[in-house]
Amino acid sequence: MTVMTDPPKESFRLSMLIYDTRYRAITIQVVALLGFAAFFGWLIWNTSNNLAALGKEPSFRFLWEPAGYDINQRLLDYNSQSPHIRAAFIGVLNTLVIAVLGCITATVIGVLVGVLRLSKNWVVSRLMAVYVEMFRNVPVLLWIVLAMAIMIEIPPGPREFRGDNATASVSLFGTVAVTNRGIYVPDPKFDGGLGDLPVGASSTDAACAAYYDGSEGLVDINPACGTFQISLDFLAIVALLAGTLYISRRIKQRADDIQEKTGDRPTTWYIRLAVVVVPMVILLYLLGLYFTVPELKGFNFKDGLHLRNSLIALWLALSLYTAAFIAEIVRAGILAISKGQTEAASALGLSAGRTMSLVVLPQALRVIIPPLISNYLNLTKNSSLAIAVGYMDLTGTLMGVTLNQTGRELETVLLGMLIYLSISLTISMAMNWYNESIKLQER
Amino acid sequence: MTKSVFLGALTVAGIAAGGAYAGTLDDVQARGKLNCGVTTGLVGFAAPDANGEWEGFDVGVCRAVAAAVLGDANAVEFVPTTGKTRFTALASGEIDMLARNTTWTFSRDVDLKFEFVGVNYYDGQGFMVPTELGVTSAKDLDGATVCIQTGTTTELNLADFFRANSISYEPVPIETNAEAQQQYLAGACDVYTTDASGLAATRATFEAPGDHVLLPEIISKEPLGPLVRHGDNEWGDVVRWTLNALITAEELGVTSANIAEMAAGSNNPEINRLLGTEGSLGEMLGLDAEWGKRALEAGGNYAELFERNIGENTPIALSRGLNAQWTDGGLLYSPPFR
Repeated sequence: MTVMTDPPKESFRLSMLIYDTRYRAITIQVVALLGFAAFFGWLIWNTSNNLAALGKEPSFRFLWEPAGYDINQRLLDYNSQSPHIRAAFIGVLNTLVIAVLGCITATVIGVLVGVLRLSKNWVVSRLMAVYVEMFRNVPVLLWIVLAMAIMIEIPPGPREFRGDNATASVSLFGTVAVTNRGIYVPDPKFDGGLGDLPVGASSTDAACAAYYDGSEGLVDINPACGTFQISLDFLAIVALLAGTLYISRRIKQRADDIQEKTGDRPTTWYIRLAVVVVPMVILLYLLGLYFTVPELKGFNFKDGLHLRNSLIALWLALSLYTAAFIAEIVRAGILAISKGQTEAASALGLSAGRTMSLVVLPQALRVIIPPLISNYLNLTKNSSLAIAVGYMDLTGTLMGVTLNQTGRELETVLLGMLIYLSISLTISMAMNWYNESIKLQER
Repeated sequence: MTKSVFLGALTVAGIAAGGAYAGTLDDVQARGKLNCGVTTGLVGFAAPDANGEWEGFDVGVCRAVAAAVLGDANAVEFVPTTGKTRFTALASGEIDMLARNTTWTFSRDVDLKFEFVGVNYYDGQGFMVPTELGVTSAKDLDGATVCIQTGTTTELNLADFFRANSISYEPVPIETNAEAQQQYLAGACDVYTTDASGLAATRATFEAPGDHVLLPEIISKEPLGPLVRHGDNEWGDVVRWTLNALITAEELGVTSANIAEMAAGSNNPEINRLLGTEGSLGEMLGLDAEWGKRALEAGGNYAELFERNIGENTPIALSRGLNAQWTDGGLLYSPPFR
């Protein structure tokens, strides 16, 4: 009789962590991770120790002290007595403005150039190639500085608009003044406005409720009770726009359904346009919309919306630079769609335009979106070059003047990095979500 | 840039903080070189010449300290710093002293933990406008566009001045003096404001200096001086008394021309103490007896440094004004060498 014996159970020995291939990989990873953590732990420990030795313990209290400096472009109320944190916030808003404006313009220009570069017209396609090569092969800082130099040197100064024999005049029927300090355009105002809505009011005393500083900003700060007040006019416009766009979308869906069932597509574009435009016109009329025209008073133009030349130079340079990259991405995306698709579409009798918009672009988007995300992120991060032209973005306020006036290098730079990180992660999240929604739906 | 500032701050804090409280004087002597922080280039105050040699009014102070401590006016490593990096460089120990037309203020002295050892130039913030504007007072500047260098005390003074006078302005922040000049000359701003000495230096480089006028208002006090870290009083004393030696030498009439003669001994005991032929002042500082003599031989006394770099015979053409000796109605007043 033979007895089946189990093979001897292998007991775990410490040396197996190194010699047994099953464990070795894990051992190496754990050791590497510990080493990595230790290095960063040491770095942080060393830094805080040394700062303590210098008598400069990390502290963020300076953020609530008065900033003391002025910022020219401010979307919210701000003056030199506001705290540093508010100056930083104004800076963040300026960064966001340039990022949003830049991303939109870069996309429009980029898509246009990318498509035109594939044009059969030799001159057009060569011109676009020259544009792309020129912009993407020169550092963006130089484009920003060049754009600023052009903005400063070429348009006339405000002094040249003055007097009877002025050498410059306000263009577009006296509504747009192009000067070397920026462009002044008519500013929309409401005379029958709905007032402001206080947000987060902690006290209900009279001074707080009655506060009105006459400013027309979208979101103002109320110094009497320290809360924000949001313009109701602005909220009304946004709400109406959202509502009418939703209705317009429903009309389109209905048209799609009808087309699906009957094969005939009802013409709906004028209904959809009217649904959006008519209520908006009525609302704006009720709110008493009017425009103030820029007028030369004293040293500068007043009463208009002032687009500073730092904003324009930065916007222009960042858009044109990033658009060159986007154009290449779009071109690559289109070329990635096999020629068979285009031929099949024309066999079905679709026109060239419809082939592009219904067949090629929807498929190309899947190739285009992921690299597009990194270009949006690049544009946003490149906007930190703003200080070269004196545009007061986050780098100019928090990591520029605030850093310099308070001497809190570590704190301000860490905070600035954190803010840029959050902005970038938000952009990538939104774009990844969009990417997911246009992905190939596999059935 | 963001990243490099951060990593730079970390590394510098990491490498150098060990030396923050050690004797800087011993460190400098052991190293055989003085690390002196200066501007990245402001003609007259600190700028490299055609041969790459640093020269200027602030550079003169660095060289005097190096001569006093090391016996060699050329044993200086000049570290160019910007308005932004200067304080980090000093706090971290990357430089031993900072001579970079830096305004002595309460918060820099107390909160940033520095020690201003004295004042080598009394300045104040002024305004420059084109003559054709017809402006005669800074209070007429309501609504004007003002070019300012960011990261300096000037933008705080400016905000305070306009706020105190309840007038509005449009600030145009600018990184460097050269860009400010370009914008101002192109008319992109009506006014350029900075320290009056800087305005004079800038105006001197214009094609038609006569077309621009400095307004009478001086809206701030800008005492500019060298500084060291808090907490190392021996080193602070060395730099302070080297600066005082330059000022006292002018008052006593000791110049680089007559110093050899004076060092042989004179009737004035204070001169003898300054030049080390009498008393033991050098020993008290932890230096040798001839430290003061060497500091003066490096570039001459205060007046010589002033006249050679920024005085009336230079393109910058600054008059002594507040920076004359107290005996001539100025503010320069060194404590006695006793």
